[in-house]
Formats: sequence, structure tokens, C-alpha cells
Amino acid sequence: MDFLFNEYILSMIVYCGVNIILAVSLNLVNGFTGQFSIGHAGFMAIGAYLSAYLGMNFHTPFILNTILGGLASAAAGYAVGLPSLRLKGDYLAIVTLGFGEIIRVVLLNIDAVGGARGMYGIPKDGGFFWTYGWAVATIFIISQLMRSTHGRAFLAVREDEIAAEAMGINTTKYKVRAFVISSFFAGIAGALFAHYLCYLNPSSFGFMKSIDVVVMVVLGGMGSITGSVIAACIITLLPEALRPLQEITKIDFRMVIYSLTLIILMLTRPKGLFGNLELSDLWKKYVKRHS
Amino acid sequence: MEEFIQHLINGLSLGSIYALIALGYTMVYGILQLINFAHSDVYMMGAFIGLYSSRFLGIQEKPGLLSFISVLFISMVGCSIVGFLIERLAYRPLRGAPKLNALITAIGVSLFLQYSGQIVFGATPQSFPNILEDADLLALGGVHLTLFDVTIFMTTLSLMLILRYIINSTKLGKAMRAVSYNGQWASLMGIPVNKIISMTFIIGSALAAAGGILVGMKYPKIEPLMGTMIGLKAFVAAVLGGIGNISGAVLGAMIMGIAEEFVVGYGASTYRDALAFGILILILLFRPAGILGKLNVEKV
Repeated sequence: MDFLFNEYILSMIVYCGVNIILAVSLNLVNGFTGQFSIGHAGFMAIGAYLSAYLGMNFHTPFILNTILGGLASAAAGYAVGLPSLRLKGDYLAIVTLGFGEIIRVVLLNIDAVGGARGMYGIPKDGGFFWTYGWAVATIFIISQLMRSTHGRAFLAVREDEIAAEAMGINTTKYKVRAFVISSFFAGIAGALFAHYLCYLNPSSFGFMKSIDVVVMVVLGGMGSITGSVIAACIITLLPEALRPLQEITKIDFRMVIYSLTLIILMLTRPKGLFGNLELSDLWKKYVKRHS
Repeated sequence: MEEFIQHLINGLSLGSIYALIALGYTMVYGILQLINFAHSDVYMMGAFIGLYSSRFLGIQEKPGLLSFISVLFISMVGCSIVGFLIERLAYRPLRGAPKLNALITAIGVSLFLQYSGQIVFGATPQSFPNILEDADLLALGGVHLTLFDVTIFMTTLSLMLILRYIINSTKLGKAMRAVSYNGQWASLMGIPVNKIISMTFIIGSALAAAGGILVGMKYPKIEPLMGTMIGLKAFVAAVLGGIGNISGAVLGAMIMGIAEEFVVGYGASTYRDALAFGILILILLFRPAGILGKLNVEKV
């Protein structure tokens, strides 16, 4: 497949895949479980750095690095989630934001991974098939999870925490579970990103990256995996698609247009592109209408 | 000991600036339950309005109290208009929508201001005009109390007293308190809720503008992205004090400012940004409503 595209287009496609993993996994927490986390980039950073470090210094196989990166992120997710998921709404948001920033600042201060200079010479690995393999795995696991008892419990927590508790669901436990699973996939995405780019810098995992992922989830529709996938592609490709405009006008309008699109979309389509519907729901609707 | 007092002075002056910005966050949150991310960029606009108005008036090289006050005044009025427009155009249409949508819109507005600022003002840092000459008012051994520190502290204090008067003793303030207690009931009592919300944004933005000018004087490099980090910290300060609570915001901001100066002063300067969030997390875990906040018990 690689020979069909030039390097630039291929890299855009791979970044789409990485962002799909991030968006779908964050959707589990923000969309399905109804919690509000804005520190996803921090967990991505843990996976990315651990995996890159292992690959550079111990030459362990790529798949092992990715999974260990994911597990480390999951462990961090557990450590962060257990105390903070007792908080609600905006407080939770600001605590996750804080943890995300702390992870970034700590990475900035660890010399073994390059600190502020960044980390060079990470072995090149992964690419199209690995990324989309993991993306498909993420989508499959999370959509299957949502059909299971666990998934129902997540939804119950989102709809009404008190009622869920009355039905015997341990809300904190389920919130932490959603958080851990979501962090695991964020770590995987980070590892794929690190080995594809071969270079890491703490500044790529700042507040803006977390916001980007949140925007993908909200743009696609909270609780719609299809929406997250499509929104991840849009958010990744939109700045690139607007590049010709910049070349013509010599002014960088891309971020202005990006932010305006965001505002207008929220004003005109507050439920995101898909609401909480999936592609399969839309297909059923379509079939019903035409039969 | 000298070093300690010096850090305390620096911390108080930094805390005053955080307080001015944190008040805007806390007032808007108190009324709308919205984290107004665009607030940090209103503060940035304040600094730039100060820069351009002083150029326009031709007072950028004429330091003096009059220049300072006129620039401060123009910038506060300018930012009030910006804050009013943001609320009117971006937040009001979303009044009934889920909270998250308003939050994303706020982020959108923030990005919009930052990046259009980069186009209009240029992305490179510009030096803020010298509208007030800095001088040592008091130098005792190694302790320096500069004119800037006193100006910052006095400006903050007087704005705070005005705000306190507005909130506690005027009809507007009473209406604001009523809306933050319960918007629906307030509107049943004949309070024009939308107008009150606009006023909240106007007052908050004016305070942020003052913060922008003071930061511009103290750290005289301003750029369109200057709001992000200080905005986050001011917000953290508001949460620390108990969001929605005016005196809490000031208290939280002072704690943040002093703690940050001490961390920087005693060596761990690379961790200064992490410290802010570290404090916040500890406070929230042990006292989730902040220092002065009241915890709302959720009922069925």
C-alpha cells in the first residue's frame, strides 16, 4: 500500500490513524461515561516516551514497546483516576488538565529522555498497517465493550449517577475502569506516534493537544464512535487542506478558520456531527425510510 | 530573611495580577457555570490595547502617573467591549445548550483571539511602552520594594474595593448575586438575566485588562499567546479559593503567587508550572470545593 502514496500523504494518513485511536478512546470517558477529562495528551506522552525509550535503549520488539507503553499509561490512568474521579464536572476537568500539565513538565525535566531538547533517533517502526491495525482494534474493543455489562454500566453512570448507584453499580469503580482503558489506548497512540515521527518533544503533548482530542470527540458527537473517527480525520486534515490558502495570501489563516469553524459548529450543531448515533443506526434509518 | 521578604513581595505582586484575572473567571463561573477560556485572551487584548493606545496618544515615552491611568482606563473600556461582544455573539446563543458545548465554544473563542492576534499584532513579542518609570521606593539591605510592586498592589486593591462595593452595595450587585444563586428564579423576580450576565462579562473583562497592563509593565514583552499559561494559573487560583466565590479568588491568587515565587526563588524554577497544578490537585482531593467554597450536595 505504501507505494501508492508519497511520503507526505502517507504521514497525514498515519496521523489520522493515531488521532482516531485518541479520539475513540477519549470518547469512552467523555462520551460514554459522561466524565470530562482534558488531560489525554499526558497519557499519550507516557506511552510515547516509554515506548521510545525502550526501543532506543533496549531494542525490544516494536509490539512489546507499544503494549508496555499502553500499560504504563493505563497504570498512570489508574493512579490519576482513582483519587480524581470522585470529583465532578469542571473540577474533574481541571484536575485532569493539571495532571496532563504535570506529566509534561516532569518529562521536560527528565534528562534521560532529552528534556526540553526532545528525544532524537527513535527507531522508525510502525506505519500504516500498525496504526490502522491498532485503530481497528480500538474501535472493535470499545464498541464491543459498550455492548457488554460494563458498557451498560458506563452509560448508566453517564445518564444518572445516583440512579446508577441505586441499581448497585459502583460508580467510582466503573469511572476508573473507563479511565484506565482510555489511558491504555492513549498510550498506544503515543507509542505509534513516537515511532513514526522518530522524534519526541514534551511541547507536542501540551494543553493544546488535549484540547484537540476533546474537540474531535465533541465535534463527532459525544458517544458516537463513528463521529469520533470522522472528526479525528477532519481535525487532522483541515489545517493541511487549508495550506494552499496560506500560500496564496501569505498569511497563516489556518488556525483562525479552524477556531471559527469550531464556534460556528457549536452554535449551529450543538450535538456534534453524529449526536450519539453510529453509522449502523444511520443505515437502519435510511433502510427504514426507503422500504 | 532578606531573601524571604523579597520573595514575599514578589509573590504578593504576582498574586495581585493573578487575582485580577481570577476574578473574571470566578464571576463568570458563579453566574453561568462556564469556564470562560477566552478570558485569558481578553487579558492579552488588554495588554495590546494598552500598547496601541499609548502609541496612538503618543505617550509611550512619557512615563508618569497620568499616562499610566489613561492607558489603564482606555484598555479597561476596550476590553469591556471585547468581553461584551464575546458573550453576546458566542455564549448567549448557547444559553440552553449542554455545558460542554459552551466550554468548547469558549476554547474556540480563545483560539480565535490568539491566532487572529498573531495575524493582526504579529507573532513576535513586542516591548510594552514605558508608561511608568520604575524606581526603588524602599531598599533595606537586600530587600527592594519597587514602585511597580506598589502600583500593582494598589491598583489591584482599589479595583477590588470598587468591585466589592458594586457587588455588595448596588442594585446591580444584588441582581448579580441573585442570578448566580439561581438564574431562573431571578428572572421570575423581574431581574433582566441577560443584561446582568453581560454586565458580569464587562466587569470581568475590565479587570483582566488591568491585569494585562500591569503584566505589560512588570514583564515588558507581550505577545498574542501570553494569556494561555497565566490564564490557566489564574483559573487554578479561582478553583483553589472556591470557584464562584469572590474573596476566594483573591485568596487563591495570593497563595498561588506567593507559592510560585518561593518555588522559583528557592531553586526549582523548572517545576514552577507543575507546582501550580500540584497544589490545586492536593486541595481538590482533600477539599473539593476549594478553600472558601461551599460544597453542593447533590440530591435526587
